[in-house]
Amino acid sequence: MSDDILQIRDLRVSTDSGVELLHGVSLDLERGEILGLIGESGAGKSTIGLAAMGYGRGGCRITGGTVQLAGKDLASCTRREREAVRGARIAYVAQSAAAAFNPAHRLEKQIIEAPLYHGLMTEAEARAWMVELFTALGLPEPETFGRRFPHQVSGGQLQRAMVALAMACKPDVLVLDEPTTALDVTTQIEVLRLLRDTIRKYGTSALYITHDLAVIAQVADRLVVLRHGQEVETGPTQQILTAPREDYTRRLVSERQASLSAPAGAAHKTGQELLRVEEVDATYGKAPVLCGIDLSVKQGETVAIVGESGSGKSTLARVVAGLLPPSRGRVAFDGAALPPSYRKRGKDLLRRIQLIYQLPDVALNPRQTVAEAIGRPLTRFQGLTGGANRAEVLRLLDQIGLPAEMADRLPGALSGGQKQRVCIARALAAKPDLIICDEVTSALDPLVAEDILRLLRRLQDELGITYLFITHDLSVVKRLADRTVVMQKGRIVEEAETDRLFAAPEQAYTRGLLASVPQLDPGWLDSVLTAP
Amino acid sequence: MLTLIAKRAVLGVFTLWLVSVLVFAGTEILPGDVAGAILGQSATPESLARLRAELGLDVPALQRYAEWLLGFVQGDMGRSMASGQPVADLLWPRFWNTMALAAYAGAIAVPLAVGLGIMAAALRGGIFDRVSNVAALAFVSLPEYFLGLLLVLWLSVKTGWLPSLADTYDGMGLAAWFRATTLPMLVLVMVTTAQILRMTRTTVLGVMDQPYVETAFLKGLRNGRVVLRHATPNAAAPIVNVVSFNIAYLITGVVLVEAVFNYNGLGRFMVDAVSRRDLPLVQAAAMIFGGVYVFLNMVADIAAIALNPRLRHPRGKEA
Repeated sequence: MSDDILQIRDLRVSTDSGVELLHGVSLDLERGEILGLIGESGAGKSTIGLAAMGYGRGGCRITGGTVQLAGKDLASCTRREREAVRGARIAYVAQSAAAAFNPAHRLEKQIIEAPLYHGLMTEAEARAWMVELFTALGLPEPETFGRRFPHQVSGGQLQRAMVALAMACKPDVLVLDEPTTALDVTTQIEVLRLLRDTIRKYGTSALYITHDLAVIAQVADRLVVLRHGQEVETGPTQQILTAPREDYTRRLVSERQASLSAPAGAAHKTGQELLRVEEVDATYGKAPVLCGIDLSVKQGETVAIVGESGSGKSTLARVVAGLLPPSRGRVAFDGAALPPSYRKRGKDLLRRIQLIYQLPDVALNPRQTVAEAIGRPLTRFQGLTGGANRAEVLRLLDQIGLPAEMADRLPGALSGGQKQRVCIARALAAKPDLIICDEVTSALDPLVAEDILRLLRRLQDELGITYLFITHDLSVVKRLADRTVVMQKGRIVEEAETDRLFAAPEQAYTRGLLASVPQLDPGWLDSVLTAP
Repeated sequence: MLTLIAKRAVLGVFTLWLVSVLVFAGTEILPGDVAGAILGQSATPESLARLRAELGLDVPALQRYAEWLLGFVQGDMGRSMASGQPVADLLWPRFWNTMALAAYAGAIAVPLAVGLGIMAAALRGGIFDRVSNVAALAFVSLPEYFLGLLLVLWLSVKTGWLPSLADTYDGMGLAAWFRATTLPMLVLVMVTTAQILRMTRTTVLGVMDQPYVETAFLKGLRNGRVVLRHATPNAAAPIVNVVSFNIAYLITGVVLVEAVFNYNGLGRFMVDAVSRRDLPLVQAAAMIFGGVYVFLNMVADIAAIALNPRLRHPRGKEA
């Protein structure tokens, strides 16, 4: 098509050790179009986005194919020619603006740098354009906003400033790499709208990269589904969502649908009260983080604690785990007072409360094999050694759905989902009564996360474990929790049976939180924004 | 931020006090009886007692320490045991000699090293990077007196360009002074440049992996500009640290270089004092060295605090 601003043909990208990441991807981006790239981690989405700018991250190189930007092939032109285009005709919006802005310079210096450097505007013009962008992006005090340093503005504001940075040269194409993934749901909605409106207002074309179908449904005209460095299917957004042709796309869509409309699980048989938190306050230094928290968890129950970043939900988990002694209040476990610090807790108490973390990569010692990682709590808490230990490790591996040959692998040889399973097995090895799950699926791809949730649920049915589930993801809550506690700024806002909470939230904050979860319906964003 | 700096300053004073305790203990208490050491074989009980009283050694150590420290704080460093002259009169001229040489070497070495280090980082893997790395490694590994002797051989003995001895005296002309001190300066520059260069290169390269450096590249900026404008400001704190460490070395660690070139600096002053067992001189010199170290480290720490934009521009202000 003659109106394509960006044409990628048979693109191949390899790492410097020769591993091919993209195996011949082709796509077209029309002027003024927003094209969504969707897929799981490792699908090659970001690699395509960066290759569209003629850039390879960490030694990656374009080894085949063409990248035509407005008729110029970035794969074969000189470095100087590429540099002249980058930032000027095609610009990049990174996932984490907090990391992508230079902490040493003021925002305005970084934003007007590219137009001045490329000689596209005078300083006065660049500044005026920056202020116009700040205004369009709804940033406070657009005239003086640029005087701030990156650490002086909030995450949502910084992400919008990142868009201003990318738009500074009035580029033809924007590459947006998960631009709202790092934000809280209520912030995401705002940024998403401003992003879409700004792109449309200035007629910019965009490659929008994300793993979240519901998010991309709100902004993209067409979608490209990617897997393992190859295109799975391409089509208009509506068609991909309602009538996917490929099996993989169908699974992605149905997982997202299921997660949004899942019926809450059957109520559990619950027993006596296992954990009781009474009037707990906690502080980091002098800053108060928790304020008057009351919570009760019954044996065999799953209680979810949801909230946005800064709500104190992880701090509450740390208090229960004994990692942060509360400044006031009591925690009781199984009828007896729980010592505030884990150092004062006996071996048996430590055994009965286990933690699973968000990042399985960091939670596993990279030099310990799977059998060693799972075998250690078996030795410590149950005194199992030698053959008995090994047998128990294999039984646990079977229970969490990993084959026995994984036992002697190092974490480096496992996928993210497999590592999280090992972490679960390690917690199970202690035969705990209570497992605190801190964002255990947040770092995983949707289909993998789905499997992990199913596993946790099955283990609960089999073993009667109690879960305290810390998460910001409301779809997870809906699928797993009997009861849900909503936290905001260190306080509990609302607490109810999960079904009731989703059906009839009482507090305005809870309603706002529920309404902010993106839906697959492409009209959702507009409907939320026009809703009273 | 001011409280942070104040805290650091208080900590510096406390460290200096610890240094004074160590210096006093090291020179007065550990070697046993000083009077005995001075008199040696010829000591008789009477002469020993007389000398002790003369030196004030019959007073308890704690009281002597307090008097010594009090005097020191007021600028009175006591009198030399050998000549009876005030320590201050002997020490300060030597101190300024050392400072002059350190300033001469530092003024050349620091900009040169930081500049070359940044250049090596920008041209990572290139021929300049490799050559500068190998050269730096060689200079760091060679003992400084050996480097000094090599320079004397080439620049003085064989060519006669520069004098082999750095004789300085009162009232000598500026040009003559520079001529006399250039050889020791060159040795010091070689040694310090090598260390600062390697450290600068490493820190700048460490910052090059940061996402904001990628942002800069994706703006289409050239490599050199990215290194200078985006990477280097964030590498400043560790660079300031290694620079201050090397300046401290220029002042306190140059005994060997002073010896090779027969330069009248504080390092040789202290060595001479030790060999003559002139304890007040040793104590005063040790305190000066300690003070310089503590002061420069403090400056580096404060600079690191001041260079951190988060501390310089706190949240919520100047919005």
